[in-house]
Amino acid sequence: MADIPVTLSRAQQITPARYRAPGDLVFKIIILVLSSVVIALAFAMAIILWYEARPTFQAFGFLSFLTETTWDPVAAVHGTWPFIMGTLITSFGALLLSLLPALGVAIFVSEYAPKWVANIINYTVDLLAAIPSVVVGLWGVFIFAPFMRDTFYMPIYLWAVENAPWLEPILGAPSSYNLATATIILALMIVPYTVALSRDAIRLVPREQKEAAWALGATRWEVMRVAVLPYARSGIVAGVLLSLARALGETMAVAMLIGNRNRMPFSLFGPAATMPSVIINEFREAVETLHYTSLMAVGFYLFILTIGINLIASYVQRKLTQQRKSP
Amino acid sequence: MSSEKQTNPEIRMETLGLTVTYNKTVQGVKGVSMPMYNNKVTAFIGPSGCGKTTFLRSLNRMHDLLPEAEVEGKALLDGEDIYDPRIDPVVIRRKIGMVFQKPTPFPTRSIYDNVAAGLQLVGIKKKDVLDGVVERALRDAALWDEVKDRLRSPGGSLSGGQQQRLSIARALAVEPEVILMDEPTSSLDPMSTTKIEELIQELKKQVTIVIVTHNMQQAQRVSDYTAFFYVGELVEFSPTSVLFNNPTEERTKEYLQGAFS
Amino acid sequence: MNLQLRYARDRVMLIGIVGLTLLVVVPLFLIIGYVIVNGIGGLNWNFFTQELGSPSRAMLGRPTGLVAAIVGTIIIDLIALAFALPFGIASGIMMSEYPEHPFTPVSRIMVSTLNGMPAVLMGLMAYALVVKNTGGFSALAGSVALAFVMTPIIARSTESVLRITPWSLREVGLSLGLPRWKVTLSLVLPAARPGIVTGVLIAFARAAGEAAPLMLTSFGNNFLTFNVRSPMDTLPQRLYSLAISPYKEWHAMGWGGAIILLLFVMITFFVGRVVVDRMEKRALGLQAMDKPKKN
Repeated sequence: MADIPVTLSRAQQITPARYRAPGDLVFKIIILVLSSVVIALAFAMAIILWYEARPTFQAFGFLSFLTETTWDPVAAVHGTWPFIMGTLITSFGALLLSLLPALGVAIFVSEYAPKWVANIINYTVDLLAAIPSVVVGLWGVFIFAPFMRDTFYMPIYLWAVENAPWLEPILGAPSSYNLATATIILALMIVPYTVALSRDAIRLVPREQKEAAWALGATRWEVMRVAVLPYARSGIVAGVLLSLARALGETMAVAMLIGNRNRMPFSLFGPAATMPSVIINEFREAVETLHYTSLMAVGFYLFILTIGINLIASYVQRKLTQQRKSP
Repeated sequence: MSSEKQTNPEIRMETLGLTVTYNKTVQGVKGVSMPMYNNKVTAFIGPSGCGKTTFLRSLNRMHDLLPEAEVEGKALLDGEDIYDPRIDPVVIRRKIGMVFQKPTPFPTRSIYDNVAAGLQLVGIKKKDVLDGVVERALRDAALWDEVKDRLRSPGGSLSGGQQQRLSIARALAVEPEVILMDEPTSSLDPMSTTKIEELIQELKKQVTIVIVTHNMQQAQRVSDYTAFFYVGELVEFSPTSVLFNNPTEERTKEYLQGAFS
Repeated sequence: MNLQLRYARDRVMLIGIVGLTLLVVVPLFLIIGYVIVNGIGGLNWNFFTQELGSPSRAMLGRPTGLVAAIVGTIIIDLIALAFALPFGIASGIMMSEYPEHPFTPVSRIMVSTLNGMPAVLMGLMAYALVVKNTGGFSALAGSVALAFVMTPIIARSTESVLRITPWSLREVGLSLGLPRWKVTLSLVLPAARPGIVTGVLIAFARAAGEAAPLMLTSFGNNFLTFNVRSPMDTLPQRLYSLAISPYKEWHAMGWGGAIILLLFVMITFFVGRVVVDRMEKRALGLQAMDKPKKN
């Protein structure tokens, strides 16, 4: 990625129309047409989602659909607020859960581990990203969810009923599939992205920075704390935001494990729903037009949310790298 | 931990047959023995790739960080071998500071916190202590007047020459006995270079300075002793004026005449 | 004293970092282990040759299997690949070989936007474009949805592979008097082929594991069909239905299906890794030649 400017300048040097064969034009047009389809696709996505969702926006209003908390296809009332909340809670929860472990792995492989150990761990973590979401979901449904409920949620809930009744509404009676489990699995699924991006950020720390800290008589951890982590901070923040965008759209495992409850308030050990999960669970049964268009509208908001997070992430990345370079 | 001076106080550091080997085959430095005198500036010169930087880095155990590098022989600081297995490199590096080719301020830390970094590491938090040390170190590094009004702005906001003096101030703050400088002016403009050279003259009153330079005029200007290295060997070590005006070794003569660069 | 404290903290942090690393790595092996242990028993002749049929078929002990899902996955994914390839590769060429063209920055932004889009939205789009206009769920709609998933991945990997092929190669071609399109087609693309193929393979594997877009488009089918205009079964979407079904027999089959999917993904992953590592090593060597020597 870092060699973009080189490529650009070199290309500009050799581009001038010295080699203007007719074949060049034809080839260029073919490439141009094919790649503009891809560009069109991105625009089409926004337009199609909006177009399909239009009846919903007309019926409920663009903003009231956003803030409406009822989702009842039978009564033909639709609001997306519960799913936005569900998405944000699970995504940010997963981010919080995964941040420290991901940083730990990134520091370990880039600064502590011998090369062969680092290689094995890098392979393993990247492989984790490659496992299909349904397979993780399947494991979650049969193994992880029952285990968590019996070992942790039930005892905690029973303890709370006896000793801390004020906790009850936050925890909720443990159901088989619930918010907590979905969040933990989601954390597991975004860890590889956070690791990969913070690993890259840590790798960009110049050797001189680390040596300067060593030369001050720092221990290994102090070198991390004084030189490595502050320098890599911006890259790590951008990486975290990109992982957040991943978490927002993660569909299958969450849909399988979250329990699918469309009504707020959500509780930690009770079922909930996210934007992708409600689409997956209801789309195939959405016979009424308004139900269908409302699911499309949920998709439209998911689109906006994802774009927003991605834009912020790339802005942060650009801004912070510029700051680094300017002095 | 005691730094009782048992040997001749004239000699601050001394190496005995120091050899640095890379990947068990390539010898970067071959059996170098030489002294570094107290409160004097010792310069290392030689063509690039001659091992002068490698040798310098072996003087505060920076090679510990490279698994492929091995160091044999002894390097004595006040008569104590810093490669003794009982010696902790972290302690050694506090006594032997280092300044690098490129200025290395920690870019996210303020000027103040850059200078105080070494003290903060050992858990010194008292503000009045830190304030005093920071001011003294910045004054010693001839930077105080330029930054005293903006101690809280980030270290990365200074100019290149100021950044290098900040790096020197940071090294001075922990009161080292020796400062190693690895071509400290190679990335600076002539004005900043002059400032750093004047600074070195001032600093040698308090510390022993070892400087690697590719610039022979600089070596003549700042150093009291000069060592000439060639392909990993120490060819000649003499007082600077002797080495430049009346070298004993044929290879030194050839190098000074520009026979190989 | 103070130094001992610092070293103690150093050790505590090391233990913490190693512990966190294990916390991330261990679940992966747990998942793989459980899938293999639970699924291996279900992989028999019937599994690969029989249709699924209705739940009663499994409960009565009659032979059932996932042949419909396996065949359907292959058909839908291959058609999707055929759709995605020209667009993906062309975008990659656009971004790497025509950096001066005003379309290129737009391309780059759009490709990375699409790359970050949840696959479920690709399913919604394919539904609106294909299913709605052709009158029903179909394998073809599934292929379109997966093509949406594959295209940006192929585009990006093609671009980055073309970028690490040295510029000297193009300069040599041009200096020989070859037109630019010939340089691209006969020099640059062949040199980058292993990397491009790998990128395509990775995109294929990613799409092959996607269930969400297929649930909204190809729908699923308990019986074997080769008609791409009708609903068709696929492994990922079938895994989901099996997992949430109430039938024990189907759960076992789900674990079996998970092995197949996991195996496929892991093989692609390792093949891809080996090729990419080799490419990178070679590219490093070539780039070293590319740069004018110092001194």
